[in-house]
Amino acid sequence: MISVRNISKSFGTQVVLRDVSLEIAPGKTTAVVGPSGVGKSVLLKLIMGILQPDDGEILIDGRSITKARLESTKNDIRSSLGVLFQSAALFDSLTVYDNIAFGLRERLHLGTEEVHRRVCAVVDQLSLEDYVSLLPQQISMATRKRVGMARSLVTEPKVLLFDEPNTGLDPLTGQEVYDLIRESKALWGFTGVVISHELPEVFQVSDRVAMILGGSIICEGTPDELLSSKNPAVVQFLSGSVDGPIQIQ
Amino acid sequence: MLSTFSPAITATEKLGRFMLDILEGWGRSWVFFFRIIIGCITPPMRWHLFLTQMLQIGANSALVIALIGLFTGAVLAVQGEYTLSKFGATAYTGSAVALSLIRELGPVLTALMVIGRAGSAITAELGIMRITEQVDALRSMAVDPIRYLMVPRFLAGVVAMPLLASLNIVVGIFGGYIVAVGLLGLSSGTFLSQMESAVTMTDVSSGLIKALVFGVIFGWVSCYKGYTCGFGAVGVNKATTQCVVTASVAVLVIDYFLTSILTRAFMD
Repeated sequence: MISVRNISKSFGTQVVLRDVSLEIAPGKTTAVVGPSGVGKSVLLKLIMGILQPDDGEILIDGRSITKARLESTKNDIRSSLGVLFQSAALFDSLTVYDNIAFGLRERLHLGTEEVHRRVCAVVDQLSLEDYVSLLPQQISMATRKRVGMARSLVTEPKVLLFDEPNTGLDPLTGQEVYDLIRESKALWGFTGVVISHELPEVFQVSDRVAMILGGSIICEGTPDELLSSKNPAVVQFLSGSVDGPIQIQ
Repeated sequence: MLSTFSPAITATEKLGRFMLDILEGWGRSWVFFFRIIIGCITPPMRWHLFLTQMLQIGANSALVIALIGLFTGAVLAVQGEYTLSKFGATAYTGSAVALSLIRELGPVLTALMVIGRAGSAITAELGIMRITEQVDALRSMAVDPIRYLMVPRFLAGVVAMPLLASLNIVVGIFGGYIVAVGLLGLSSGTFLSQMESAVTMTDVSSGLIKALVFGVIFGWVSCYKGYTCGFGAVGVNKATTQCVVTASVAVLVIDYFLTSILTRAFMD
């Protein structure tokens, strides 16, 4: 479904990703983990086509988003993507209802009745009935994440990207978000990519895990394979120890 | 030997890099401008967003624009009457007030006030949208931020600026009339007839063309500074300041060239 091939990306003299390759199978969820600042979110933005790699290619459903020259072609490929941003990235000036309906109106250009039907369905699924008329600043961060999820799911994307879905949440609320991802996946059956540095919590929604360090993927496999890895960096990251090859910046 | 030259080479390198950065920024801003223009002339146009921005930039600025117009006209009447009295020509106070406002002060003061009030707000709003990933969210949903965010703001600025300048001029002339006739004792007929005989459509066109160009500068600079805003509160602070300074200086510099060109063109 998503094929990341030999991607490299630098900002000025700082190399963020170096020859990264990753295959994400349809219907499966892959977690990309690693310490803060190793380029996980950059990888996500490369998949979205918001950033352009220095080298390499990313295919989504067989179509290259990195080689697409026209913004309209990129937009066509992006139509199969949904994204839940770290801070949910809801539009401040729109109500929860309008935020959820945004993609249906602006991207799919659906009629009012169809928009209302689809928004009501997803609002019902994610228990957001009490919040539809409120503005994003009037709801909690956890609810904002649910709204962000609803906004992504309402257009029925084939791929859903999650950028640190638990950022800014307490452990209990964070668990709710993971439950939400699991339940939504069971209902909508999307392919997922979850960017996170929270281990082992993220394993509960992951079929596969890839760990990035120093701009490269140092370990990839199932959550069990990662847990049993002897790689010193993986062991240090899993244990949360300050001693080891990972330098805390 | 090399070490003797290294400070000079480093300085040259820094200067070169600085110049390249300026050229790159200049190039980016022009690409951004042309993308907005393409967005303005090709569908789809989101008219509801345009009207919302007309409300924000136009209607919400009207009161303050009218207020500064009223007092500018009043000041012009006092200064005009004082200066013209030295030449025994106080009858021309109406012409002086009207021509100053229509040709120069109306468009310029309106532009500076709108840049300070609405331009900084646009830059801050777009900057915050950028740093809170709302712009990325638009792109991830296959919605072009230039068309969705910039085009309505730019167009509203271009349309609202001449309207606001007209309001400023009309209220300014009214302010001048009140002071000249009501307080300084000039004859109402003299004020109005001198104004009517001195002001031509050329003067009005000249003022409106200036306001239109200032509207383009306002929209371009405020949107560009917001769209390219740096990260964090410092980034928004810097972008907002740059917006007000760049747009205000650009208005005053371009005003000089426009005045020269339009005066010469209309004289011919």
